[in-house]
Amino acid sequence: MLEIGLGHYLTLAAILFTIGVFGIFVNRKNVIILLMSIELLLLAVNINLVAFSAHLGDLAGQVFAMFILTVAAAEAAVGLAILVVFFRNRGDIAVEGVNLMKG
Amino acid sequence: MTATELLADLRLIVPELVLAIGALGLLVAGVFIRGEQAASRLVSMVSMALLVLAAGVAVFLAPEGGGTAFNGAIILDSFALYAKAVVFLAAAVALVLAGNFLEAERIGRFEYPVLILLATLGMSVMVSANDLITLYLGLELQSLSLYVLAAFNRDSLRASEAGLKYFVLGALSSGLLLYGASLVYGFAGSTGFDAIALAAADPSVGLIFGLVFVVSGLAFKISAAPFHMWTPDVYEGAPTPVAAFFATAPKFAAMMLLIRVLMEPFGAMADQWQQITIILAILSMAIGALGALLQTNIKRLMAYSSIGNMGYALVGLSAGTEAAVWAVMLYMTLYVIGVAGAFGVILSMRRAEGMVERIEDLAGLSKTRPGLALAFTGLLLSIGGMPFLVGFFGKFLVFFAAVQAGLIWLAVLGGLFSTISIAYYLMVLKRVWFDEPVAEFLPAPASIAVITRVAGIGTVGLLLLVPFMLGQVMQASAVFGG
Repeated sequence: MLEIGLGHYLTLAAILFTIGVFGIFVNRKNVIILLMSIELLLLAVNINLVAFSAHLGDLAGQVFAMFILTVAAAEAAVGLAILVVFFRNRGDIAVEGVNLMKG
Repeated sequence: MTATELLADLRLIVPELVLAIGALGLLVAGVFIRGEQAASRLVSMVSMALLVLAAGVAVFLAPEGGGTAFNGAIILDSFALYAKAVVFLAAAVALVLAGNFLEAERIGRFEYPVLILLATLGMSVMVSANDLITLYLGLELQSLSLYVLAAFNRDSLRASEAGLKYFVLGALSSGLLLYGASLVYGFAGSTGFDAIALAAADPSVGLIFGLVFVVSGLAFKISAAPFHMWTPDVYEGAPTPVAAFFATAPKFAAMMLLIRVLMEPFGAMADQWQQITIILAILSMAIGALGALLQTNIKRLMAYSSIGNMGYALVGLSAGTEAAVWAVMLYMTLYVIGVAGAFGVILSMRRAEGMVERIEDLAGLSKTRPGLALAFTGLLLSIGGMPFLVGFFGKFLVFFAAVQAGLIWLAVLGGLFSTISIAYYLMVLKRVWFDEPVAEFLPAPASIAVITRVAGIGTVGLLLLVPFMLGQVMQASAVFGG
């Protein structure tokens, strides 16, 4: 029987985090997918924190995870609001369209 | 926790309480005041007063000796006090600069000063963070307010694009920072800076990984290369007073936060983070110096200039000594003053048809507006570190700290890039002094004129105050000694 330990959780979080980062850089289609990737980053961090918290027997990690969830909600609200403003001005939300200024 | 303990803790965060209660009160008051302009003006005035009040409280009413509050989540020491005073005053100046611009662009809403207050509150929490959770909450409060400010001109495609880019990249950097924080927590066993410092004395691989992620996240906030991609676009797209705000208070606060994180919890890991800050410093100086040469927009130029200047500050920080800390603090303070003045000049570039922001629009400024031209010359050369304007001393001390720590080659490289960067400031000044004027600017509002003149005179006049400022920053950085 395979024992699920700290290492497995950390690996899962690392994989999710990598998927999130790739989602931001590789995705060329839709800004909504960017927002989903950002959410994935934060949730990967939460898995890390909760796993560490359980492993260390220390509650601070879970408190941190709660704060991250709260901030993530605020972040999603601000992000969607900016996205709506962008959509009203431009008419679509393709990532390729975010190119008025050259970076 | 007894009531007396709670009161003792609250005494340490009085400036934050002033800003938090003030911002929420103003948000409610703004809704009930009739007329958009009246509300915007009144809230703006009260916000400035609150910021100056908070700065006064931070400087004059701080409990003797400082201390930590809320189980070590927040620390108040001379370093935090100095950083808070500068941040509050810089935010107040940014509000003054915004004055007439927003109304003229028809975006004068009362939410603007409220957002500035909330962002400043976040910065204030950042600079007195003594725990990873406090650090994160302060940073996010600041960032979320800044995302909205960047897109504040909501009918402009450019501004909303700037807001969107800033948001996506900012959220990515927060993610990096958090991932680092989670690793640090796991391998140090605590989120408190004191406990992390103990673990850092004998660092594990996981802790080093965490450090790399945390520093990357913070490097984004100070727009150090290679995390600088957002800066030129956001400066160009966002309304000019917002760009002026971005270039001053948040930069300063993020740099102070970086100093605290590197010197306090990770002080024992200087060998590890030195390599990161050196790479960040070299890349930032190179991209700042070379990227600015090709710009035609004055706001983009200022963005590259800020990237380069963060590079010079990181040169000093790489030394990792107490002398490095006060050198960087002085450098950043002088930089903030210089940039506030320079943006005052940019905000004076108004013609009958509206704001202009191309460098060629400055042609012949010395003939049409000699006072403004002189102030701009002093400010740009001071930011560039021309001897013997006041900015030179900041840069000199930063390089000196690096040399003292044995990083001579890095200081030489810094001097080299600094010389290149003088070239683009001179290109702007050539337009100002030697080109024929095209059309005159409209007279700037008195508040902006005062700021440009005061900052312009400051490039020379502050020379007299350098010993005083040195005393202040040395006292403030003494917390990292030993």
